[in-house]
Amino acid sequence: MVTQIIITVVVTAIWVGLLAFFYWGCERGVEKPRLVGTFGILGLLLAVSGEYYGLFVAPPESAMGDVYRIFYVHVPADWMAFMALSLNFVFSVAFLFKKNWRMDSLAEASAEAGLVFGIMGVCTGSIWARPTWGTWWTWDPRLTTAAVLLIAYGGYLALRRFVDDPEKRGVWSAVWAIFAAVDLPLVWFSVKFWRSIHQTQSTPETIRDPRMQWSLRWNAFAFLFLLIFFVMSRYRISRLARETEMAPPPEALPVGGHA
Amino acid sequence: MPDPLEGAGLAVDVQDVSKRYGRRWALAHVSLQLRPGDSLLLTGHNGSGKTTLLKVLSTTIAPSLGAVKVFGSDAKVDREAIRRRVALLSHANYLYEDLSAEQNLRLLARLLGDDAQAQVPTLLDKVGLKARAAHAVREFSAGMRKRLAVARLLLKRPQLALLDEPFGELDPAGIAQMEGIIRDLKTGGTTLVLATHLVEQGQALCSRRLHLSEGRVAQQ
Amino acid sequence: MNILRGAWVILAKDMLIEWRTRARLNALLFFSLATLFLFSFAGSSDTSLLRQNAAGYLWLAVLFASVLSMGESFRIESENSALDGLRLAPADPRSIYLGKAWGNAILLWTLAVVLVPFMIVLYDVSLTMGLPRLLGTLALGALAISAPGTIHASIASNARARDVLLPVLLFPLLVPALLSAVRATALVIEGDPMDQLTSWVRLLIVFNVIYWGLGFALFPRVIED
Repeated sequence: MVTQIIITVVVTAIWVGLLAFFYWGCERGVEKPRLVGTFGILGLLLAVSGEYYGLFVAPPESAMGDVYRIFYVHVPADWMAFMALSLNFVFSVAFLFKKNWRMDSLAEASAEAGLVFGIMGVCTGSIWARPTWGTWWTWDPRLTTAAVLLIAYGGYLALRRFVDDPEKRGVWSAVWAIFAAVDLPLVWFSVKFWRSIHQTQSTPETIRDPRMQWSLRWNAFAFLFLLIFFVMSRYRISRLARETEMAPPPEALPVGGHA
Repeated sequence: MPDPLEGAGLAVDVQDVSKRYGRRWALAHVSLQLRPGDSLLLTGHNGSGKTTLLKVLSTTIAPSLGAVKVFGSDAKVDREAIRRRVALLSHANYLYEDLSAEQNLRLLARLLGDDAQAQVPTLLDKVGLKARAAHAVREFSAGMRKRLAVARLLLKRPQLALLDEPFGELDPAGIAQMEGIIRDLKTGGTTLVLATHLVEQGQALCSRRLHLSEGRVAQQ
Repeated sequence: MNILRGAWVILAKDMLIEWRTRARLNALLFFSLATLFLFSFAGSSDTSLLRQNAAGYLWLAVLFASVLSMGESFRIESENSALDGLRLAPADPRSIYLGKAWGNAILLWTLAVVLVPFMIVLYDVSLTMGLPRLLGTLALGALAISAPGTIHASIASNARARDVLLPVLLFPLLVPALLSAVRATALVIEGDPMDQLTSWVRLLIVFNVIYWGLGFALFPRVIED
């Protein structure tokens, strides 16, 4: 019980920290690409060591043997996807409240990063399902929600591509992102309810071996750094693109013309 | 230079307005003041920002920078009040192709309030569409659509009328009729902004003139 | 002019336009019928399987038709910038939303109702739980499609590739509502031994409340600068 509370507090703290960090940090990252690169390198190092740990040091699982090891990639990827997309929701709401262009770039960056991790999560989930349950796909709530989420945020990025006016693009994609974010829990509930009538799947929810726990946490942090790297890089691209797209305010001519 | 209009109840008060579409500034640092009853001729080449300015005045779009006040209402705060007193005749005619002329007018009348309904037949007659009132707009020529659009404008009985190329698509008889309508609006005390390439007709109808070039106010 | 009165005016306008262009409605109906037919060819011809999936086929046909009809609903508004004309009347954007969304819902519901006898014949189903329950379920589903559909049709109508963009935007959002509508409809058709219908209907109502609330709140941001 206490562990649950601690975990919830830690995750919330990380989320809030990410929010603040992105808001202030991404702008810095535009001028200092080396800062962005540092996160990438850190993330890569952590990921490589994390995968090594997960592949060779952590023990095999009681039911699934060695097959389960892919979950050291699958679970952090899913976590990062949800982090990124929940941040996207906050950025979108913030943009609608006050047309701060930083928020729009952050929303775009977090959506793309979330999509990348989401694809990773769904693919690894599918690869995992094959030897475990014999099928490439199961209709369990998590996988289904993740798949709908991917299609949805693919749509978000399509919308951004197809709207030329930057101001409309920001507003409309924010509106859509709010719909999508509200909708995701609904997808979860409805699929869960639907599946509860048919059958329930089993996933390794309880991880007791400390080596497994450490491996998971290590990989989670690795992916967190990679998430930061992705978002900051994508933010940079978005900001620089916007600079070419939106002209700065026009100079006032010295000669005024009053009618 | 001291503002001679300071303190008066202005019909239009545009303060340093700029409007951006992506890379392009359609309007840049435009300021304009009109008293009630003024009539302004707006000239400039295609793409100089005339239509954009009219859209900003009508609150169709919001400016990127600057402030717009119409009859004392701020466009950022109380758009609805402005829209009730302003009517825009633009390139688009705001018509539903599949409804008849009369149905299009009655739709607007219903949104305006009960007393507007009574005006519909009179206006159709005034613009010369009485005979075709029940025909779908889809069958109308460009000139007839223009006349219906004018009827729409008159239905609102606006205090500020914004006319974007009102003489376009009209034959000489139509142009004369439009001039008559504009003169009637003026006599009725409506403040007028008229954007047109027909400078002669414009100058005959308007007391003031504003020339736009590349989104900026050009010297007279 | 309060919001409901404005919505009614706009709803009446849309219904009038639908009536005057009813040839298009016929085409939409034939499109849905063709879709229903094709589903039976696409799956196996096992009649018991077809019967089980009938509700799903019905709702898919309605969904595909909805993209066309909602797209059209906004094409007439952008044709002559008529939507701007409504905005400037002035009409409250929320009235515009309610009027158009209710109009779309009525259209979809009517379409679904007309498809029901064809579904009965093609897939050999019976209305085990009675017609009123079916009509109610169809109504809830139509409303749930229309609420997000209307706002996204408005967005798509102003973007490039608008015909493709609307289903791309809409389909993932409609998964929960569609799932609930299909399940509820299937229960009404096949019978409900375990009394699950209430739960699905309740879910549908919740989705409707959320979608309509969001649409009502966000539509002004979509159409106003």
